[in-house]
Amino acid sequence: MSTIRLGGVGRAVAGMMMLVTGSAFAAPQFNMPYGVTNVSHDIYDLHMMMLWICVAIGVVVYGVMAWSIIRHRKSKGAVPAQFHESTTVEIIWTIIPFLILLGAAIPSSIVLIKTYHTGNPKMVVKITGYQWMWHYSYPDQKIAFYSKLAQSSEDARELGSKVNVFKVPHYLRNVDHPLVLPIHTRVKFLITSKDVIHSWWVPDLGIKKDAIPGYINTDWTNINKPGVYRGQCAELCGRGHAYMPIVVRAVTRAKFKQWVAKEQQKPQQHMLKRTED
Amino acid sequence: MASAATTKQNEGYYVPHGSRWPFTAAIGLFLFMVGFGTLLNGVSAGPWLMAAGGAVIIFMLFGWFGTVVAENLSGLYNAQVDKSFRWGMTWFIFSEVMFFGAFFGALFYTRGGAVPALGGATLTHTYLWPHFAATWPTNGPGNIGGDFEGMTAWGVAAINTAILLTSSWTVTVAHHAIKDAKRGRTVVWLGLTVLLGLSFLCLQGREYHDAYTHLNMTLHSGIYGSTFFMLTGFHGLHVTLGTIMLITMLVRAARGHFTPDNHFAFEAVSWYWHFVDVVWLCLFIFVYIM
Amino acid sequence: MSAEAVAHEHHEGPARGLMRWITTTNHKDIGTLYLWTSFIMFLVGGVLALLIRSELFHPGLQIMEPEFFNQLTTMHGLIMIFGAIMPAFVGLGNWMIPMMVGAPDMALPRLNNWSFWILPFAFLILLSTLFMPGGAPAMGWTMYAPQVLQTGDAFPFMVFAIHLMGISSILGAINIIATILNLRAPGMTLMKMPLFVWAWLITAYLLIAVMPVLAGAVTMLLTDKFFGTSFFNAAGGGDPVMYQHIFWFFGHPEVYIMILPAFGIISHIIPTFSRKPLFGRASMIYALSAIAFLSFIVWAHHMFTVGMPLTAEMFFMFSTMLIAVPTGVKIFNWVATMWRGSLSFETPMLFAVAFVVLFTIGGFSGLMLAVTPADFQYQDSYFVVAHFHYVLVTGAAFAIMAGVYFWLPKWTGHMYDERLGKWHFWLSVIFVNVLFFPMHFVGLAGMPRRIPDYAVQFTLFNEISTIGAFGFGMSQLIFLYTVVKCVRGGAKAPAKTWDGADGLEWELPSPPPYHSFTTPPEVS
Ligand code: HEA
Ligand code: HEA
Ligand code: CUA
Ligand SMILES: [Cu+2]
Repeated sequence: MSTIRLGGVGRAVAGMMMLVTGSAFAAPQFNMPYGVTNVSHDIYDLHMMMLWICVAIGVVVYGVMAWSIIRHRKSKGAVPAQFHESTTVEIIWTIIPFLILLGAAIPSSIVLIKTYHTGNPKMVVKITGYQWMWHYSYPDQKIAFYSKLAQSSEDARELGSKVNVFKVPHYLRNVDHPLVLPIHTRVKFLITSKDVIHSWWVPDLGIKKDAIPGYINTDWTNINKPGVYRGQCAELCGRGHAYMPIVVRAVTRAKFKQWVAKEQQKPQQHMLKRTED
Repeated sequence: MASAATTKQNEGYYVPHGSRWPFTAAIGLFLFMVGFGTLLNGVSAGPWLMAAGGAVIIFMLFGWFGTVVAENLSGLYNAQVDKSFRWGMTWFIFSEVMFFGAFFGALFYTRGGAVPALGGATLTHTYLWPHFAATWPTNGPGNIGGDFEGMTAWGVAAINTAILLTSSWTVTVAHHAIKDAKRGRTVVWLGLTVLLGLSFLCLQGREYHDAYTHLNMTLHSGIYGSTFFMLTGFHGLHVTLGTIMLITMLVRAARGHFTPDNHFAFEAVSWYWHFVDVVWLCLFIFVYIM
Repeated sequence: MSAEAVAHEHHEGPARGLMRWITTTNHKDIGTLYLWTSFIMFLVGGVLALLIRSELFHPGLQIMEPEFFNQLTTMHGLIMIFGAIMPAFVGLGNWMIPMMVGAPDMALPRLNNWSFWILPFAFLILLSTLFMPGGAPAMGWTMYAPQVLQTGDAFPFMVFAIHLMGISSILGAINIIATILNLRAPGMTLMKMPLFVWAWLITAYLLIAVMPVLAGAVTMLLTDKFFGTSFFNAAGGGDPVMYQHIFWFFGHPEVYIMILPAFGIISHIIPTFSRKPLFGRASMIYALSAIAFLSFIVWAHHMFTVGMPLTAEMFFMFSTMLIAVPTGVKIFNWVATMWRGSLSFETPMLFAVAFVVLFTIGGFSGLMLAVTPADFQYQDSYFVVAHFHYVLVTGAAFAIMAGVYFWLPKWTGHMYDERLGKWHFWLSVIFVNVLFFPMHFVGLAGMPRRIPDYAVQFTLFNEISTIGAFGFGMSQLIFLYTVVKCVRGGAKAPAKTWDGADGLEWELPSPPPYHSFTTPPEVS
């Protein structure tokens, strides 16, 4: 049995105070990130398109409702009309939403096809999920390593640790060994798992793909901008599900070459062998 | 009798008074399942709890069905009640069909999707299981359960198909006999159906024995063994239940419970039997032949 | 034995004491049992949710270990779905369907008792897993293989609890179908049937079609764990993703099982308080049927990220989007019913209006999720959590509350306290939005679901959610109090409690006689 300690609530309240006084606090983000790949931009645009379609329909529906609620009240002496059906109206409000949806389905399908079109990758990275870390390997470059939650987060995450998580750099979103990728390069991912299902999700790349034990899933990316992009495992995989973040460091091609050369000097961490191999 | 009074009041629609049987049934199920769970967790009390649950369930079946039979024989039911029973049985059988659907779905999915993906021209194949070729029957790239042979259709299974088809016919003959108020004929044809059901079960037992001893084909034999034994096993369970129900009908028929226009219990059992038969035909085609 | 004796003297009325409830075959008694069970489970599931929200109040582990958090999430989902929402609808159906179709009782009264009494045992088993070695199941209510196979001693009990719930639902559904098809008063043709009855008829078909499939899915889990089968194991030629297909073939119709009866309830309340007949009755029935049909061909929209072939992704995107059309028809018909009515806003109507508004918000986010590429970003994030709580809490649960206020005077013969009802409504509707609306934001910003701890940029909205959760939870205590108060006494309710009400149930006195219609009424 697990333990519940109520002392933590006290700390939670203290944290709340800290919030009010505005210390060490990242500005909250409301919306989906626009991201750094063409796919993530497309997805963002689809998302906003759907949002505005819904808002527009909402305004109409809620507007009509509000009008009835305000004007057709019994307390204002409203007398009920007795109409109760109209085939014409029913047909209209079947057809119009249908057409709207058709309009939304077309761009959605185009983006979907694009995300499925792996194209001509310049580079391959194999991603393997473990309870609870990721393994990356670059078969052509002969580089392979594990990527685990950074020690600073590891120390702070324990129940009852006295560490202020707001002071930990990128709490729970930091790893010891990030995945390094070149920008402006089509990279193909082969995604799988060695134990249970995980999911490799980096919002800024617009990628989420499940890592299924015994099967390979593919995906691809082409990053437009150098930077550090963070995500985390998105399929419940047990006790450590919250603790297997993903960090992608996108660098220029030249810097990537240097990184590869340096990395090849190190001993490679090949995958653990498991019985079913 | 209180219930008779209720009957009149509701203009012929029979609303029973409180009954202890459903609650007893719930307790029986509860004990049985808790016992099974405990057994699976390796606790020695498990089988005892299961047995207790089973005993409660059997006790309940006698009590509940006994009440219903007695009510029926004393003429408390009318056409509307009869129809409710019919709808009840129909949709119960439908839900059983969906239960088998889940396992057939698993068979189609693995044969049509999973196995070809593991052993075909896919990245999964190239990177993870390069030595595996998609065939059927298969126990997967891990050779789970060791080398084995698949079950043939044209042995025991074909004989069993013939047996079940014949039994569907004999049960129909028995039905006609009831409608003609021929008690002796009913008993004979029903008895024959029971015998056919029992011989099906014996042959299936032989087939299983063969699979385990000669073919090394077991529940552990990867996806082939899994789908084969789960589908035929659940079907066999239904044949067992069906046979027990048929035996009950046999006893009731011998006691003269059925009249040409009041024999729904028999009909329900024969529907069930036909359903078991149809499931077998699907099994024969999709599990054995294809 | 004394209970029996009493029953013999007044064969009209129920037995007394505990035996009344254990042996009852009466649709009203059983309905009451279902409703109270459901309310208790709502409180239990709600307390689990409050523990979840307390842990998530602040980043860093606050009060529990991650394992226990996952157990809470799992049990919360299972209990709310199978313990709170579904039994509540069955309870309402038990109470209202015989009265609405003009029958003395349900078609198979003993079976009805059995369907109910399986449930408390199922939940006894499920809740007891919390105290087993290894704790309760912790793979979410979806129980995905292979992770779920790592469950401890609780594993077989989880499977058997699901089996029991399945048996209970199937038997209950069979009974409802038999009642509706066979016990309608003379003259009540199918198209004249009240909408709640229609909604339940269709729901019952969904239940008998998909509950057995769930039973099959968990049975395969059981054999994979204990009997060496390889359904979900690639090494044996199986596939973990197959579990998801089978589960969601059940799971998606399941979510409509939880909303169609709600649509039925709302279709009674809005016309009553608009004092105007329901607009587009026939199209409402067709829409229900269309939704039920479509619900069988959209399941894989829960699996857009598992790596299905492109054509499958397209198909499921289109079919899912299509559901918005019949659902839209329902929304528009309700709005058209209100239009130029003569509206008043008693508590049931308040909840019904909130249902229409807030369910639509949940539907909108559902539609956004249906867009496959966008779902790559939303999937398994709090955006999904926001979506389904809008459709489930402000959808299903609000409709249940609306129905309870609507029919409580009929059941008890007393008016409930309108002032308390309004308090309950306004506090609920405010706090529920404080609770669930911010989840859209954290979800979009990248917070995954089912995590006990999160990165600091999600702090603010999680704090707001938690505050909303406690507010919403406390507001439900008013509900409990109002219902108990109404059961115990209050102003006498007339047979036709609401001046705009229409239907056979309002022709019976309040409270109605023990056997609703002893002689079938004529319906013209
Ligand atoms: C009562 C329950 C309920 C209901 C009714 C719905 C309704 C819908 N749901 Fe939801 N859903 C859930 C419960 C429900 N859902 C649950 C529990 C999950 C999570 C399961 C889990 O993973 O644990 C989920 C998850 C879920 C997903 C998967 C998300 C993911 O994990 O990635 C998707 C994706 O397509 C989806 C879509 C939809 C759609 C399109 C509808 C549609 O039916 C909505 C239709 C309604 C409207 C659109 C609003 C009204 C319409 C109009 C006003 C007409 C005009 C509108 C337009 C033309 C835009 N739902
Ligand atoms: C079916 C209906 C349903 C209902 C009604 C609710 C109601 C609520 N849900 Fe739930 N929820 C689900 C279905 C439902 N949920 C499902 C299916 C999941 C997915 C599970 C999974 O991932 O597998 C989920 C997941 C889920 C999560 C995500 C967990 C995670 O991903 O880790 C959260 C987090 O906030 C949450 C919160 C809440 C809250 C605060 C309520 C509140 O509305 C609850 C309000 C009620 C009460 C609070 C009880 C009444 C009040 C009292 C008893 C007061 C007395 C006590 C005190 C105040 C101390 N739910
Ligand atoms: Cu790995 Cu979650
Ligand atoms: Cu769905």
